[in-house]
Amino acid sequence: MADLRTNCAGIKSPNPFWLASAPPANSGGQIMRAFDAGWGGAVWKTLGTPIQNVSSRFGGLSYGGVRGVGFNNIELITDRPLEVNFREIYEVKKRFPDHAVVASLMVETEEEWRDIIMRSVDAGADGLELNFGCPHGMCERGMGSAVGQEPTVNERITSWAKRYSPVPVLVKLTPNVSDILPHGLAAQRGGADGVSLINTIKSIIGVDIERMVPVPRVEGLSTNGGYCGAAVKPIALHMLASLARSREFQLPISGIGGVSDWRDAVEFILLGSSSVQVCTAVMLKGYRIVEDMIEGLSDYMDRQGFKTVDEMVGRAVPQYSEWGNLNLNYETVAKISADKCIGCQLCVTACHDGAHQCIHPQEGSRVPRVDEAECVGCNLCQIVCPVEGCITMEEVPNGFSPATWNEHLSEGAALRPKKGAH
Amino acid sequence: MTTPYPTLNASAGAPARGEEGFEDYKRALNANQARVEANRCLYCSDAPCIAACPTEINIPEFIRKIATGNERGSAKTIFDSNILGQSCARVCPVEVLCVGSCVYNHMGVPPIQIGQLQRYATDRAHEEGWRFYEAGASTGRRVALVGAGPASLAAAHELRRAGHGCVLFERRPQVGGLNVTGVAPYKMKADVGAREAEWVLGIGGVEVRAGVSVGAGEDVSFEDLEREFDAVFLGFGLGADSRLEAEGAGVPGVWGAVEFIEAFKLSQVDLSGVREAVVVGGGNTAVDAVRELIGLGVPSVTMAYRRGEDRMSGYAHEWRAAKVEGARGAWGLSPLGFERDAAGALRGVRLAEVDAACAPTGTERVLEAQLALLAIGQSKLAGVLAGVEGLAVERGCVRVDAEGRAGRAGYFAGGDCANGGKEVVNAAAEGKRAARAIDAFLGAGGSLRAHNSRGATGAQG
Ligand SMILES: Cc1cc2nc3c(=O)[nH]c(=O)nc-3n(C[C@H](O)[C@H](O)[C@H](O)COP(=O)(O)OP(=O)(O)OC[C@H]3O[C@@H](n4cnc5c(N)ncnc54)[C@H](O)[C@@H]3O)c2cc1C
Ligand SMILES: Cc1cc2nc3c(=O)[nH]c(=O)nc-3n(C[C@H](O)[C@H](O)[C@H](O)COP(=O)(O)O)c2cc1C
Ligand code: SF4
Repeated sequence: MADLRTNCAGIKSPNPFWLASAPPANSGGQIMRAFDAGWGGAVWKTLGTPIQNVSSRFGGLSYGGVRGVGFNNIELITDRPLEVNFREIYEVKKRFPDHAVVASLMVETEEEWRDIIMRSVDAGADGLELNFGCPHGMCERGMGSAVGQEPTVNERITSWAKRYSPVPVLVKLTPNVSDILPHGLAAQRGGADGVSLINTIKSIIGVDIERMVPVPRVEGLSTNGGYCGAAVKPIALHMLASLARSREFQLPISGIGGVSDWRDAVEFILLGSSSVQVCTAVMLKGYRIVEDMIEGLSDYMDRQGFKTVDEMVGRAVPQYSEWGNLNLNYETVAKISADKCIGCQLCVTACHDGAHQCIHPQEGSRVPRVDEAECVGCNLCQIVCPVEGCITMEEVPNGFSPATWNEHLSEGAALRPKKGAH
Repeated sequence: MTTPYPTLNASAGAPARGEEGFEDYKRALNANQARVEANRCLYCSDAPCIAACPTEINIPEFIRKIATGNERGSAKTIFDSNILGQSCARVCPVEVLCVGSCVYNHMGVPPIQIGQLQRYATDRAHEEGWRFYEAGASTGRRVALVGAGPASLAAAHELRRAGHGCVLFERRPQVGGLNVTGVAPYKMKADVGAREAEWVLGIGGVEVRAGVSVGAGEDVSFEDLEREFDAVFLGFGLGADSRLEAEGAGVPGVWGAVEFIEAFKLSQVDLSGVREAVVVGGGNTAVDAVRELIGLGVPSVTMAYRRGEDRMSGYAHEWRAAKVEGARGAWGLSPLGFERDAAGALRGVRLAEVDAACAPTGTERVLEAQLALLAIGQSKLAGVLAGVEGLAVERGCVRVDAEGRAGRAGYFAGGDCANGGKEVVNAAAEGKRAARAIDAFLGAGGSLRAHNSRGATGAQG
């Protein structure tokens, strides 16, 4: 059986699954229940000067009848007294010495940072996470993403934290920037031991069209919130991989954003996360989802022959490249398995209206036919097909040797004739 | 290591079985169907389906694991609660258990096909040969299990996990109990039940003594068991079909329903010349028998019951299916005897019309039949316990407490012989529960052998 033990930036846990700093990690009682359920670590709900929250606070995005595909919130950091939080950190560590308890922190002045770091470490925190990410409320007060968007401020505060902290320091980055790399590098220059990403994305999740007020509604007004949940995974994966493949950026990463099951977690790890944090999926389905995450990861590792999580971290990163390095002469076409086809013809419509008009209905059969001479191999039909494994994209040899755009520009490598471009 | 013992499949050259022509009445889901259905599950908290399952399988969890593609984990979640999850998936009356309690029923939305999903996950495990459990380190203690039906199989598996030695005593040549000999073939055929039993015993360290009957005046007595074993689990189920005291019950063409079902499941019965059949009774065995006779090709099958249709004890969903298949019901009729023709062959069943209180109205009827099956209950077997001091028998059933402990220290029971005849899933639950009580009894130093050593009383248990 695979060994799931994890070491992320010097913070050790029995498995890579951590609760993200958010409501599921709001109190000691919750975190102990989560650890009992199998979670390997928890990043405590961000500590700072306790705030007052609004009601209501959350909004959900439904799509095609599925609720909570995306999620947003206008909640701030902890509203509980600091001494209560610290006492509970101490209690959790006493009961779970081998689990990771990370204190997420957000304050303003150097004095305040020093004070809250000392108290966190005294309480027994295994690491710190500097919350430079919250995109609503706190940033209006000069904290959260206001810090995360300014590399110089990020670097300065990180270096303060490093000065006062004997335990590893993670910097939690905001995705509300056009390029994540300068922000990761700022944390690295400040001396951070690792980064975590992503925090939530600035968003308005919807509008109450009868009252004409955005949601979540607080009396007659609303404000922009932070977007998260399954829908943000692609954005998170991109930011994660951007850091992981950079030669300059060398820190371990704790991946966050839209992780809902073991497959998502595997994807994060393959793109460079050494631990994986979860908030929304737990808010929607409970701590219990970790059982499947542990089993699924462990089975996957056994299947792939990975003995430790470390061996897996970043294994897909080298395969994340630039467009200019993709082989333009690689050619695929869609094949429809007549045995599996249920005759819904969703692919026909999708190809006709959204691609290259090369899937056609056939006389006397519901199974459509792919005109391979016209098929550009775009994947659209496979994406709309409801039957697993019915449409496959298969390579067709065309006699051209591999040639990328870069090679074409620099060496004049020959490109195959374009398909579907008439 | 598996213990060699006779199974159905092992008997090479065995004659074709009469049940082989039956098709599954609920078809297996393919991977697409399973995925789509699994994604429909709401993953309820404190789900009512779990509470409705006697073995308390964590249903939302196993279904979610199908949806995420964690099929191994899904199967394990099922087996963690119920090692007979594969047969239960097929034979459980899910309409009145898990599926009946799905919250979708309250939304007017078709409930999740829990049994079908359970079949999907457990069939995968059996096909792939996934095994999840190992025998515990040997404790040196030994337990005798009487009968090798679902109750004893579940108990033996749990006892092996705890490291106790197990010997199954089974009167029949094969293990599996009614899961092999009784279940309707459109739910599960004998070979599936037999293979599952083999898979369960694959945990190793269970000795099977097949063809050996236990009891007063049988091959092995309880005194013998008390000399050799530290504890005894009674899982011998129910006995032969009850017979009518009616005249002519011995005529050819008149069978007990369970006896008939066993005959056509394990071998063949000759139904040539049978145009009309009557099944006497109104319970689940009667309804199964009716559907089985229709499936075997009998043109006209009537169920004769002494009460009204609304008061039959068989499940309404099963009887509805039987009617769709062409079954007829004759209500308010109580059997009196059998009519034969000149050659001595069965010609009809003579019945008395009775009122709502089952009192005869004075009118008699004869239903023509060349085959009559009696499905009026099975006898109770607790008689084999005669002479075992302390064991209480109540209405033919072994009396047990909530943990499955019987009256005499070191004796435990579960399944049909204790509950009077319920379902496979109850037998599985009770067998496992009793195994835990046996483990506690043995762990506290209890042993049956204490009964036989001078001066010692039973045990702490
Ligand atoms: C016709 C029929 C159809 C059924 N259909 C269903 C169904 O669809 N779904 C469902 O859930 N349940 C069904 N049941 C009920 C279900 O089969 C039983 O509840 C279940 O098998 C009980 O398990 P058990 O282990 O207690 O007993 P059994 O399965 O009866 O096993 C007892 C075993 O003990 C052996 N034995 C008996 N006496 C002795 C002795 N003295 N010494 C040694 N061995 C002995 C027997 O040979 C038998 O193998 C059906 C029952 C019948 C009769
Ligand atoms: C209600 C809510 C409150 C949150 N509070 C915090 C917080 O206090 N500190 C913080 O660093 N991140 C906070 N987050 C962001 C999460 O930790 C996480 O980065 C983000 O939700 C993306 O992960 P997910 O898609 O798994 O939810 C919060 C998110 C939600 C939904
Ligand atoms: S989830 Fe709980 S706290 Fe939130 S609105 Fe509902 S009842 Fe209130």
